[in-house]
Amino acid sequence: MDDRKKSPELKSDSSDSADETDPSRNNGCSNYVMYRDRPEWKDVQPVAQDDGPAQVVRIAYSEKFSDVFDYFRAIIKSGEKSERALNLVTDAITLNPANYTVWIYRLEIVLYLKIDLHNELDYISNVIREFTKNYQVWQYRKNIVEMLNDPSGELEFTADILDLDAKNYHAWQYRQWVITTFSNLIENELNFVDDLISQDIRNNSAWNQRYFVINMSNPNADVIDKELKYTFDKIQILTKNESAWNYLRGLLLYSENGILEDKVSTFCTQLYDKGNRSIHLLSCLIDLLDVDVNSTELEDVEKVKFALKLCSDLASVYDPIRRSYWAYISSNIENKYSIKEHDFKIVISNGNN
Amino acid sequence: MNKFLAVSRLKFNNESVETNTSSSQIQVERKVEKLFELFCSKAECNSETPVLYKQNHMTYIKNHMFVLPENYECLDSSRPWLCYWLCQSLALLNCELSVTEKSNVVSFLSNCQHETGGFCGGPNQMPHLAPTYAAVCALCLIGTSEAFSVINRDNLYKFLISLRLPNGSFRMHKYGESDVRAVYCAATVARLTNIYTDTLFDSSAQWVIRCQTYEGGFGGVPGVEAHGGYTFCGFSALLLLRSIHMCDTKSLLRWVANKQMSFEGGFQGRTNKLVDGCYSFWQAAIFPILSELLESEEQRTMWSMYNYQALQEYVLICCQNRYSGGLIDKPGKPPDVYHTCYVLSGLSIAQHSIKNNTCVIGKSENILNKTNPIYNIEESCLEKALQYFKIAGPINYEHF
Repeated sequence: MDDRKKSPELKSDSSDSADETDPSRNNGCSNYVMYRDRPEWKDVQPVAQDDGPAQVVRIAYSEKFSDVFDYFRAIIKSGEKSERALNLVTDAITLNPANYTVWIYRLEIVLYLKIDLHNELDYISNVIREFTKNYQVWQYRKNIVEMLNDPSGELEFTADILDLDAKNYHAWQYRQWVITTFSNLIENELNFVDDLISQDIRNNSAWNQRYFVINMSNPNADVIDKELKYTFDKIQILTKNESAWNYLRGLLLYSENGILEDKVSTFCTQLYDKGNRSIHLLSCLIDLLDVDVNSTELEDVEKVKFALKLCSDLASVYDPIRRSYWAYISSNIENKYSIKEHDFKIVISNGNN
Repeated sequence: MNKFLAVSRLKFNNESVETNTSSSQIQVERKVEKLFELFCSKAECNSETPVLYKQNHMTYIKNHMFVLPENYECLDSSRPWLCYWLCQSLALLNCELSVTEKSNVVSFLSNCQHETGGFCGGPNQMPHLAPTYAAVCALCLIGTSEAFSVINRDNLYKFLISLRLPNGSFRMHKYGESDVRAVYCAATVARLTNIYTDTLFDSSAQWVIRCQTYEGGFGGVPGVEAHGGYTFCGFSALLLLRSIHMCDTKSLLRWVANKQMSFEGGFQGRTNKLVDGCYSFWQAAIFPILSELLESEEQRTMWSMYNYQALQEYVLICCQNRYSGGLIDKPGKPPDVYHTCYVLSGLSIAQHSIKNNTCVIGKSENILNKTNPIYNIEESCLEKALQYFKIAGPINYEHF
């Protein structure tokens, strides 16, 4: 939830690796001139960071970092919005793209100087390619694209970024924003998702996107039916793939009068009868049996007992790490159907013993 | 191997279909397995394992309290976070800062407060909700009246109002992104400092609940994939907004229970992703509150619905850097202050998962102070802070 989690991985604190290089720091050239030595900046008095007298969480900034930010503070203070200020801001971003203050100020300069927003879009594309997982860069892109009111390159751009990491959360979130904000962008999205699922059938972000697309289309029964078959196929390829099973449960939210449940139930029972013991299959069976039971007739009592048996199998054999969870599910079923006597009790230690 | 571990560990089965997801999962399991084996061979001759290397972590934290190396430049706009992570870690370890040290942290955070309200990522920056949350929590952890009185509550309220969007969600800052973190941060600081009003959070809960996905967890904004960090924020925000009845607890419980890894014992952040020590907090913190909710809904005694022993084993065996101190994401990763805070916080949640009792894996000295699972502030500090702001009374809302 914090910025750290999303910022580029912190490098080792230990300085034992001598070859640590950071592309953002050496700028690829040795003739870099500090701002304090640039004649065109002579008129500006740098402003040192005011940490106060206390020395806490002080970062050992590189010389270049301090230099750039001393001048950045100076222009923010004077309110200068100029071409050179924009260049300075660009340098500051290279040093720390997570500094939201710099991004806020960049936007204000760009608006003030009426910079061509297409150039800004090119700029932010390059920054995102280097820093793909950072809140500020994606938000900045959103601001620019919103002002341009032109999403024509956005699907391609996010596809490029997802090509680097198909689970990049920021990229997916941004892509959804583009699709919901501008019309006609959803047409090929299902194909895009399909490609990603065939590259990695376990890519949960792609499954989530599939749900997003289907959900946006206000699906009728036929669409859901097609999705159901699609998911059955994928589960048959990989029966332990939680992503597909979760998607299946998502489809059940569209069910009316238990029609979908019947289909899923048939599918699951067949799989179970073939000897499959995927934990997600058993879990699904338990929930379906629970829905299915509506009286205390003998047949139904057997169904409930079967659900209890599945809970017990999961707790002791197939899914021992979730034993206390299965004990809870089992006790819910016991309570709901008032079945106290059965052979599938799950005993849990309370940690006291 | 399994006989020394709390529960038998089942490895990932790729069903003969290899993808990026499965190969990275198998790699992680190999590293974890080596550490489990090493642990078991030690456990044969010493029943006092695993050990939490408290002293080493304390040294690591204290070192980072004052100066951080150059590679922390990327956190130059998160410095109140650094204070919070370190203060919370120390509080859990039952280690108190000296009077001067406390006063130094307070004066630094006061330098981060913006004249228009809220806190900034560092001095001379602009205000932002995330460092505002971090600064307020850090000040509560310090807990002196000097610390509490730093917070300008009138301005804080104005700042929160300025970020509110018509649909009840919040932006993180001017021109900034709006997501479920923002609602959580706003609701937390408002509750903590006693400036919460119904007007400020009108329809926020309705917006937050739209973030709960078909999987059961919460995404950052409606439509986006369920994720541990956002799930914590969404769930806790609903609690703070007194609207938890809106939550589909059954699907949330199923999702979060399934995020505990069958082999590693730690938690993953999303379906089919890798374990990460920080989710020991983000995911596990859901359980104590969830159990309480179900207990009152169903009128029966509830137990902890995840494997808190396996979680402790993951933290103790796989997430410590014994030599430098500090805690980590997963084996092979270097320590950092973010993971140090959240791995310790998660361990605290796991050790206190039984009501009115503790359940400590390894040496009894491994015990940490209890953290509050909604605010992630050490309990005694939280109580003191809530008490302080309760006595301070409401602010005068008339001029807003």
